[in-house]
Amino acid sequence: MDSTGHSTLAEWTAGDQASCDAAVEAFRRELDEGFIAVVDEGEGRATQVRELPLESELVIMRRPIAGG
Amino acid sequence: MASAARLPELSAVPWRQLVDASYLRRQGRLWTFFMYCHVVPFIAIGVGLLWLNLLAAPVAIAAFLHAWIIPELYGLRGANVVRARPQSSTAESTAQGLLGDLLNHDARELQRDTGLALQEGELGTWLVGEAGALLLHEKRLYCFCVKATDSELPPSDRIAHLLLALRSDEQGFATVANLAFAGAPWRVRRRLDPGMRDAIDAARRISVRA
Repeated sequence: MDSTGHSTLAEWTAGDQASCDAAVEAFRRELDEGFIAVVDEGEGRATQVRELPLESELVIMRRPIAGG
Repeated sequence: MASAARLPELSAVPWRQLVDASYLRRQGRLWTFFMYCHVVPFIAIGVGLLWLNLLAAPVAIAAFLHAWIIPELYGLRGANVVRARPQSSTAESTAQGLLGDLLNHDARELQRDTGLALQEGELGTWLVGEAGALLLHEKRLYCFCVKATDSELPPSDRIAHLLLALRSDEQGFATVANLAFAGAPWRVRRRLDPGMRDAIDAARRISVRA
């Protein structure tokens, strides 16, 4: 999620190794830039991840939060 | 809500105790106590002055006004945490789409109407705004200042960032956030924009059901 509303960083397909590698690389790059990866599981639950879960449909990179 | 992994943002506030129900209860009681500490002396002064001499009525009225305005200012402070800044842009339309995907039908409608995203949690019912969140817990409303660290984000994206953090670790979220006010929901409700009051009412209905 960024200033454009949100941007698609990578898309991957199970079985397509090249797309998975590119997604993992993009994922790590975003983590290095300070984003936090979250998988929303619906019903008010979400999980933070440090490795790209390739089986997930959507992984959202969010900015850190802070008290205002 | 899942809380297996704590928010990484907690490392920025290592001195804070992890917020739980008993902490909230304690904070709520403290806020009520300090509110009385502000109000009761001014009322006593006003009554005392009137009792001593009716000519002191103008000063007594000033004391009564202080007793009235201090809780009102606290309520305003609480309401300000979710005050929306108008912004319309293509980015906001895109962000609204993603936020809508994160919410169920009722919460989506409520967010579009009021600007606040409703989220039920273990601590209570949350209403998440662009730069703050309200928590209805045991008949008290807790107003938290909290925001995503990127100021360029469109409003719906700011809400989505907060919502995801809240869903990841509710206690961590409440700990990272700064408590701006705790007290009666009506005190904050009447200071909110009229469109946002429905969100408080919806949260109260859910709270009563629970």
